[in-house]
Amino acid sequence: MKINGEEFTAEVEPRTLLVHFIRENLHMTGTHIGCDSSSCGACTILIDGKSAKSCTILAVQANGKEITTVEGLATAEGMHPLQEGFKENHGLHCGFCTPGMMLRAVELLEKNPNPTEEEIRWGISGNLCRCTGYNNIVKAIQYAGAKMRGEETPSTEPQFVE
Amino acid sequence: MGHSMKRKEDARFVHGKGKYTDDVQLPGMLYMDIVRSPYAYAKIKSIDASEALAIPGVLAVVTGKDLEQYNLHWMPTLMSDTQMVLPTDTVMYQAQEVAAIIATEKYIARDAREKVRVDYEVMKAVVDPYKALDEDAPVLRTDKEGKTDNHIWHWEVGQKEETEKIFNEAEVVVKEQMHIPRIHVASIETCGCVADYNKVENHLTMYMTTQAPHAIRTVIALVAGHVGITEEKVRVISPDIGGGFGGKVPVYPGYVIAIAASFLIGKPVKWIEDRSENLQADSFARDYHITAEMAGTKDGKILATRMKVLADHGYTDAAANPSKFPTGMFSIGTGSYDYPNAFMEADAVYTNKPPGGVAYRCSFRVTEAVHAIERITDRFALEIEKDPAQLRFDNFIKKDQFPYPSPTGWEYDSGDYEAGLKLAMKAVEYDKLREEQAEKRKKGELMGIGLSTFTEIVGAGPSKDFDILGIKMFDSAEIRVHPTGKAIARFGTKSQGQGHETTYAQIIAEELGIPAMDIQVEEGDTDTAPYGLGTYASRSTPTAGAAAAVAARKLRDKARKIAAYLLEVSEDDLEWEPGKFFVKGAPEKSKTIQEIVFASYTNHPQGMEAGFEATHYYDPPNLTFPSGAYICVVDIDKETFEIKVRRFVAIDDAGHIINPMVAQGQVHGGLTQGLAPAMYEELIYDDDGNILNGTFMDYLVPTAVESPNWETGHTVTPSPHHPIGAKGIGESPTVGAPPAIANAIVDALKPYGVTHMDIPITPYKIFKKLKDMGVLDKDIAEG
Amino acid sequence: MIPSSFDYSAPSTIEEALDLLEELGDEAKILAGGHSLIPMMKLRFAEPEHLIDLNNIPGLAYANFENGHLRIGAMTRETELEDSEEVGHSFPIFRDAAKLIADPQVRNFGTIGGNLAHGDAANDHPAVMIALNAEVEITGKEGKRNVSIDEFFYGFYATAVEENEILTEIRVPVMKGKVGNAYHKTERKVGDYATGGVAVQLVLDDSGTCSYAGIGLTNVNPTPMRAARSEEALVGTKVDDEAIAKAAQYASEDCNPSADLRGDEDYKRRIIGVLTKRMIHKALERANA
Repeated sequence: MKINGEEFTAEVEPRTLLVHFIRENLHMTGTHIGCDSSSCGACTILIDGKSAKSCTILAVQANGKEITTVEGLATAEGMHPLQEGFKENHGLHCGFCTPGMMLRAVELLEKNPNPTEEEIRWGISGNLCRCTGYNNIVKAIQYAGAKMRGEETPSTEPQFVE
Repeated sequence: MGHSMKRKEDARFVHGKGKYTDDVQLPGMLYMDIVRSPYAYAKIKSIDASEALAIPGVLAVVTGKDLEQYNLHWMPTLMSDTQMVLPTDTVMYQAQEVAAIIATEKYIARDAREKVRVDYEVMKAVVDPYKALDEDAPVLRTDKEGKTDNHIWHWEVGQKEETEKIFNEAEVVVKEQMHIPRIHVASIETCGCVADYNKVENHLTMYMTTQAPHAIRTVIALVAGHVGITEEKVRVISPDIGGGFGGKVPVYPGYVIAIAASFLIGKPVKWIEDRSENLQADSFARDYHITAEMAGTKDGKILATRMKVLADHGYTDAAANPSKFPTGMFSIGTGSYDYPNAFMEADAVYTNKPPGGVAYRCSFRVTEAVHAIERITDRFALEIEKDPAQLRFDNFIKKDQFPYPSPTGWEYDSGDYEAGLKLAMKAVEYDKLREEQAEKRKKGELMGIGLSTFTEIVGAGPSKDFDILGIKMFDSAEIRVHPTGKAIARFGTKSQGQGHETTYAQIIAEELGIPAMDIQVEEGDTDTAPYGLGTYASRSTPTAGAAAAVAARKLRDKARKIAAYLLEVSEDDLEWEPGKFFVKGAPEKSKTIQEIVFASYTNHPQGMEAGFEATHYYDPPNLTFPSGAYICVVDIDKETFEIKVRRFVAIDDAGHIINPMVAQGQVHGGLTQGLAPAMYEELIYDDDGNILNGTFMDYLVPTAVESPNWETGHTVTPSPHHPIGAKGIGESPTVGAPPAIANAIVDALKPYGVTHMDIPITPYKIFKKLKDMGVLDKDIAEG
Repeated sequence: MIPSSFDYSAPSTIEEALDLLEELGDEAKILAGGHSLIPMMKLRFAEPEHLIDLNNIPGLAYANFENGHLRIGAMTRETELEDSEEVGHSFPIFRDAAKLIADPQVRNFGTIGGNLAHGDAANDHPAVMIALNAEVEITGKEGKRNVSIDEFFYGFYATAVEENEILTEIRVPVMKGKVGNAYHKTERKVGDYATGGVAVQLVLDDSGTCSYAGIGLTNVNPTPMRAARSEEALVGTKVDDEAIAKAAQYASEDCNPSADLRGDEDYKRRIIGVLTKRMIHKALERANA
């Protein structure tokens, strides 16, 4: 398989879960594990561009596929717009759900470059965050969307009712 | 201060370079998995590990009997009760640890778990806390000599007789029975550790998901000191934490077993619990059964409140409270209102459920108290047919009454409750909403508006009253400024996402004039950080944040001396502006803080200590009392009873705010964690003590779809006793949101005659309530 | 949470997969999307000795219109169906359902065939396919056979697919006339299994008289269920309020829900009644659009 552009070959037990393979065989620990029931989305990666829960996929199923993890988001030019969006908009607190959240958002924005708030909320409904209350995650994705569309990015200052 | 600086810690997290406990990989590391009880209450007749041990790669199966040889089978809880590490004869709750497997790989450990044969004799579990007090209830804690019932303790506070007299004579008395359900913090990262015992050096390094690394080090030494693991031989490292919310304060049996296994085998042992184990066995929060009463006048003056609590603690009292406060800060439950008499009492019982009593993003039982007072206040308003906002205005403690002595013995430091509620009402357009509601009611549509105007109590706490296992609840900061003017600051607290690396740096920057970007903040390593009690209960800013300010001020005093020396003037001739001292009347004669720091290493006055470092252990003179005014608007589908939170406006007052962006982020997150128990989350047990929803399939953590767009704002009433006037914010929203939501739902259901519903309020529960009341399809249209 | 050991094969043709099934018998399980099976294996509720992965067999994922049918390959992912404009045009019901199935990542993997072949009354496609009067193609060593959706679900987690067979295609008839379809379920939170779900398809003739009504119910019966009496109550009527009320009442009476954390029997019957009414209205609206 190809991970973040690099070819890897390994022999594994058929039962090896992809998330364990990535974390333990490849030592890429940015992909996290938060549940047993494919409910939380902390393990989300991209397989051939599609967001996937790597805790519910066998490593052998990824044979020959192209995989992107959080470690592969940034380029030589700098952060991915989603990384920038999360950082600039306080879209994360503890950071544990963040990699999965961003990778899910990569596909979301690819399929729907200018999503409404409602579409974003439904689009990340397979990713649980326990810290942020989601407001700023939505904002972060909107920011990244604007940036990827080449538009002016919205203000990152917090808004308060007055 | 007051600047929404972007967080310094985020770069590593967005690149996937956060370092969490499960990311720790050590050479030769072994893996631990735990065999757990399928029964809530059973005798262990035998444990046969032979098949498990026959699997290649399985090194050991540890049981309670093994630990008993080292007297490690029981450990103390934070509330001076005792808790099993592994049982020698009886299991007390479903999912309790029974044996631990140590293997070379985690897949092997998991396979071996299936092969450990445990023979149980099942006994009838005690699940209902009220029944636990029945005369004929089996006594659960037979390990305690002379124990004849399941009662743990009784607690009371307030004016018992005066309150009773007022209740007997009052024009209006309202009363509701409420259950604040057993819930779970469910941080997305579960708990775990890597115990690395080095036999040659008799030294233990413990990487673990802990909110209180120093306290843990002391506890390890207390538990294992007798086998040679004394405190100077223990280093606790708390790496990045994937959410804590109180669930990572306790010492869980798994940690102790991992240490024991590493000690016996001499290799590092990793234990990471899975989600089911986390939900089913780790400390719960809440589980208070409360009878709340309010007495008042017909025109809406609150005269007294009375609360009686039954606390279900599971099989041991492993609550994470300050030692002298078995009900935590429950006595804040007299609320934001001005009346002189109140009485509260509580009794705690043992049941066959997991132990706990941690925070869930709440300062020691404040959520329970606030829910009770805010619900019963609304109940009173309903009874006398007064608008709940007006009732609150009529009873608020006024701004000029602070410091305000509460009937249960607290001294509220400051507050402006009217300002908060006024702002919330303006933002939500309260009057318009009430008009809309009146129109809707004519048509029989269900719309509700709910308020919560709460007072929090955080920042434990003053050493006079506050300790955990005898250790006073101060916290600490150490600032070292290097010769080039850059600094490292270390703290006794531990961020789990709160942004300490940024906000502490901002406090120091404000006090010392060094840019926040030049200040590296470090926490979580007991070898390097000064001792402190950790991060929970919104205490970091009130204690360690204060310590940072005081330590920085010590350095500023030193800087003044050095500047005077360098400028050859008297100290009194100098004035400070952030970043430099200058000579009064001659601002061109100045020394920047960087120049002063450099001099402290290169050219300091003779007789003065060299270097530029300071440490402070801050003992707060009082707690801080943040407050909030929340308004929630809900619409309920009259046929399916699905509930939609249409709007939620939260106005918080946490005094001076260090970083508005971070503070707002805390509020957003806390609100979703307030929504969760209000409408979705509860740990449910059947009559045999089996948990019915021990996975994320059924324990319903809200997603971005359930969570509404939160609208937040603040008023600023500084704490008069805190060095920077700050109060603490992380938990207010979780405390304040549930009653606002519950009040809105009950308000929506008013046409049916509903006066109270227990949280979590679900569509099904509404159906059941209306059905039981016989009003299910009653025509409620008023038009 | 780790599955127990198993052997793994990834055949590249249906024939190879059938050979393997023949050889391994009930020791083998088919791996399609895997998002029902792998969680069960991680919990060790399922411990197959052999997994036969269909993901490497080309030509099993498609959704196209042919000879008056929408033909859906068994390995078509939920997302593919959800995203197809063409399918969405005639069958908005698939979008209604897809949006409520688990979450986007799971829908990227979960297959329509798997959703049916699991035989779980809590899944959403069974009710949808019942409403649409679909037919299921099952392939074995001896060839292909077609089974009507009404004969597909046998009992609790049991379907007409034998141990040595594979579900290969679902055929949905494109009915003539004014057609409207819709699906909704109530759930405790997004991604949950249904408290109750109702799928409806209506066909109206030019006069507005209902010539076909299909109504399938989710998670209120041991097997996916057709609300036959409700369908009868609509056919031949103008789908007026009275007919709709009757259909709703029959659906709520005829289902057999069991109490669980989502609600008691009464509540679920109420949900089915309400949703039947609402989905008939929605289907009607779409038929007339």
